Amino acid sequence: MGDSYQIQGTCLVVDVPEELDHHQAEQIRQETERIRRSRPIRHLIFNFSDTSFMDSSGVGMLINRYRELSSLGGSVAAAAVHPGVKKLFMVSGLYKIIPFYPDVKTAVSELWEE
Amino acid sequence: MKKNEMRLVFDSCSENESFARMVIAAFITRLDPTLEEMADIKTAVSEAVTNCIIHGYGGKAGKIRMNGCLKDRELTVEIIDEGCGIKDVEKAMEPLYTSRPDLERSGMGFAFMEAFMDELKVASAPGKGTRVWMKKRLQKV
Repeated sequence: MGDSYQIQGTCLVVDVPEELDHHQAEQIRQETERIRRSRPIRHLIFNFSDTSFMDSSGVGMLINRYRELSSLGGSVAAAAVHPGVKKLFMVSGLYKIIPFYPDVKTAVSELWEE
Repeated sequence: MKKNEMRLVFDSCSENESFARMVIAAFITRLDPTLEEMADIKTAVSEAVTNCIIHGYGGKAGKIRMNGCLKDRELTVEIIDEGCGIKDVEKAMEPLYTSRPDLERSGMGFAFMEAFMDELKVASAPGKGTRVWMKKRLQKV
């Protein structure tokens, strides 16, 4: 597990790279699935603080993580989303299923489960 | 009317998605586009190139062509592959339709190209490859 993935309680925090396209989405899918197989993860928090670009491949990856986590009673959240990337959340309707948090700390404290 | 053209050929692999975005960004940068225009164009190009890689060539080797043309502040981009082609273009362009749900595709690629550019045309036939043509007028500075 690289530095881009941190486990905090039942939350897995994923640092999204600068550009979330098909290439990067595939890497994130593989790594989050690998981690979820061995750990009791209920919430995925995507940290977009360094991300300036996303396309429909990123949207597809997030929708599928949402489907998996919500079917297990968990959730997917997005933290520190820049306006350029937020536009993709709005146009795609992703914002209706994936809530925004101002930063990772706030997201973790809200989603933390004992 | 000032005209400027460029042509690029690159291999169909996912690493080249960011390469194609960087090239189109560099091509239009001297026109001082807004951040939003820049993001819109990069997204549209990314969608078209990703389609070539995933659908056109289905992960197999192939060449992707990108032609850019600037006439004053009007950008046209063509993204062309010689892959499998699309049987029903109209169906492929429906929002949320995807031929590959197994690959976690959102089915929003063409919808994004349409939303972020001013014009979009798609020419394709089975076995004949696919040509995506897009146009966007940049705001005056």
